Amino acid sequence: MKRMIVRLSLVLAVTLVAWGTSVNAATLKLAMDADPVSLDPHVQLSAGMLQYAHMVFDPLVRWSKDGGLEPRLAEKWEQINPTTTRFYLRKGVKFHSGNELSADDVVFTLARLKKSEDYKGLFEYFTEAKAVDSHTVDLITREPYGLVLAMATYIFPLDHKFYSGKDEQNGKMKDVIIKTDYSFANFNESGTGPFKVTGREQGVKTTFVRFGDYWDPNTGNVSEIILTPISEPPTRVAALLSGDVDFIMPVPPTDLERVKKTDGLQLVTMSGSRIITFQLNQKRRPEFANAKVRQAMAYAYNNVGVAKKIMKGFATPAAQNSPRGYQGHNAALQPRYDLARAKELMKEAGYEKGFSCTMIAPNNRYVNDAKIAQAFVTMMSKIKIKVTLKTMPKAQYWDQYDAQVADIQMIGWHSDTEDSANFFEYLNMCPDKETGRGQYNSGNYCNPEVDRLTLAANGETDNAKRSVMLRSIEQILFDDAAFIPLHWQNLSWASKKNMNTEEIINVMNFPYFGDLNIQ
Amino acid sequence: MFAFTVRRVAQAVLVMLIISLIGFSIKHNFGDPVRELVGERVTPQERQQIRDQLGLNDPFMVQYGRFLKSAVHGDLGRSFFFKKPVTEVILAKAPATLELVFCASLIVILLSVPLGIYSAIHPRRLLSRLIMGVSIVGVSMPVFLTAILLIYIFSVELGWLPSFGRGETVQLFGFWDSGLLTRDGLRHLLMPSVALSSIMLPLFIRLIRSEMMEVLETEYVKFAWAKGLRPRRVWYVHAFKNTLLPVITVGGVQLGIMVAFTILTETVFQWQGMGSMFIESVERADTALMVSYIVVVGFIFVVVNTLVDLIYGLVNPTVRIAGRK
Repeated sequence: MKRMIVRLSLVLAVTLVAWGTSVNAATLKLAMDADPVSLDPHVQLSAGMLQYAHMVFDPLVRWSKDGGLEPRLAEKWEQINPTTTRFYLRKGVKFHSGNELSADDVVFTLARLKKSEDYKGLFEYFTEAKAVDSHTVDLITREPYGLVLAMATYIFPLDHKFYSGKDEQNGKMKDVIIKTDYSFANFNESGTGPFKVTGREQGVKTTFVRFGDYWDPNTGNVSEIILTPISEPPTRVAALLSGDVDFIMPVPPTDLERVKKTDGLQLVTMSGSRIITFQLNQKRRPEFANAKVRQAMAYAYNNVGVAKKIMKGFATPAAQNSPRGYQGHNAALQPRYDLARAKELMKEAGYEKGFSCTMIAPNNRYVNDAKIAQAFVTMMSKIKIKVTLKTMPKAQYWDQYDAQVADIQMIGWHSDTEDSANFFEYLNMCPDKETGRGQYNSGNYCNPEVDRLTLAANGETDNAKRSVMLRSIEQILFDDAAFIPLHWQNLSWASKKNMNTEEIINVMNFPYFGDLNIQ
Repeated sequence: MFAFTVRRVAQAVLVMLIISLIGFSIKHNFGDPVRELVGERVTPQERQQIRDQLGLNDPFMVQYGRFLKSAVHGDLGRSFFFKKPVTEVILAKAPATLELVFCASLIVILLSVPLGIYSAIHPRRLLSRLIMGVSIVGVSMPVFLTAILLIYIFSVELGWLPSFGRGETVQLFGFWDSGLLTRDGLRHLLMPSVALSSIMLPLFIRLIRSEMMEVLETEYVKFAWAKGLRPRRVWYVHAFKNTLLPVITVGGVQLGIMVAFTILTETVFQWQGMGSMFIESVERADTALMVSYIVVVGFIFVVVNTLVDLIYGLVNPTVRIAGRK
């Protein structure tokens, strides 16, 4: 009998311990459409690499869910003169290597960002970072710049002691940025983030383990993340439905309903900030230089219908670049589908009989890209514009896009600065090879007023004034029908119900997995 | 035998040269690898610089010559995406694909032979008709559909089998990651192999059935019956052996095709082998990896066909291998 009791209590103890650990230390099996291409956050500026950076590194400040900024490694900041912003760093923050975070790391990181091919454009306004003392650092810009804090979300301090010196394996410096070959930084990391990379088989799986000395105690309870890339959407969904993984992103539009209806799963969607547009090349087609023709096409395109029917409600119809929440979002601009008005405009422009033109679109870059382009072709035929469409995979598309081989070209854009001016700089300003402005303006729309206002907005540090300028640019683009805006693609995440998924996601699509709590 | 081997090696080299030339000449149509390496903000000038550094701007023959020269030294180039030599990437991925093909072939052989024989011997029985009916469905269903159906039935609805990946693997001989030795690995292997075998299995059942039926009508079988041999001996020894000849010929070619079909199966099951690696390398325009995959698969084709020719001689001594006088 005694033995029996001992045994029973042993079993009980073991179950309790097992149960206890499952509450405190949880493993997250995560499936994304791709895995990080490198462990070096500066090797590529892409959503995937930024998602990785938020797991293994910490930025100075980060976006909160409502679009505001939260202090992370910088506890507070102040502008000390028009071109200098001072950041006070948190004390006692440890890197994964054990080194302590200091102002020198920020100096090192900014210098490295300016060397990175992908980031140097983004940081061109910054001249340098200067260490004031061990935990205070000044970011200095060339001229007054309204987006210093937005850019600070991209500064994920790297451990400069860890990344300095010569690497044995290739005889190069450890901090060198190499895209296509071995480099120390591509295969080793030391950040301050909530997770350390403990195992990585590229394209197969990456294992992250919670960093024991993480500075922020008020975060989630995930002790380990196993990230598997599953590129096929149906397989990704099946993996979640069968319980093989706990969290997937993105969820394909065709399976949203199914995930939503499944017990034990939660689906979180959000209107995104990537605008999808068609650009009408005025240099190739004299017709498109006529604002009336462009307006007619904008009136003839039913973006509400496309969002509902083709995108299955998984998109927000757009009439401008800036999504809601951006400084430049102009609430007065609404989708304007009106076929009668479109026909009238074509008549006024003298193209009552229509004309024919060519168009290209990618078929694996944006959600339903080829289908949307086909719908556009049908809609344009209603105003007698005969469009010959060619779609192709993204690997081939961008060369064709750059060469401007067709009269109408599709492009989607996400603003890296989370700010409206970025759209204008790349998509709507007059193309200029010298400055790189209008680099993705294949419509060749050129309006000096738009250029002037965009540059003025970049130098304006008063947010209220800036917002007025940016909104007026959207108005000009809308009135001119500078391009055809389609919609903002929605974002989606799905996970098991026992976690606070809703709280960690945001419109940038950088889930803060460090804050994830699994019950 | 020696002459045969020499001739085969020479043929193999020629085939692979042609394959590499074709692979190399189409690689430009897959787009610019640099695009996949950089973010959207990078200017055309900077992209041009990267292309120069990677030697992508050199004339076609210069690039091809460079490729051949290092290929002779066993270096097929570097994968931009994996940041490693291509041979290393392919060697790491090959075990997954080969194990998958091996298991699928095993399923095909173990099932098609008894089912084919049975339906040839008893063509009118209900079971035979059922086998034929199901095989029609199997042969007309695309692999990816079979694969997705399997996932939905066995992973999502029943929850019996894992839906993706290879599971737990064991490293053998220091480089071969095998999923055949762990229970978890085998569980992961089951559905992909069934899906992959689903295209070949019906084909083989039908092939064996029709060949066998034909053989059963021949004079020597009739003579065997007349001699009063036991049915088993007539069916399984005398008739079946002669059925095998065409089956082996087709089998050799089909095994190669099976390697090609792994592309679909691996993509659906997120099976980390050469097939999914190839599709991804096409999407990323990772050209060195793409061309090398084509060359390696070409090599496998040549090797398999050579083996088939050898086995042919063993099964039927009257067939003389070309080159043996």
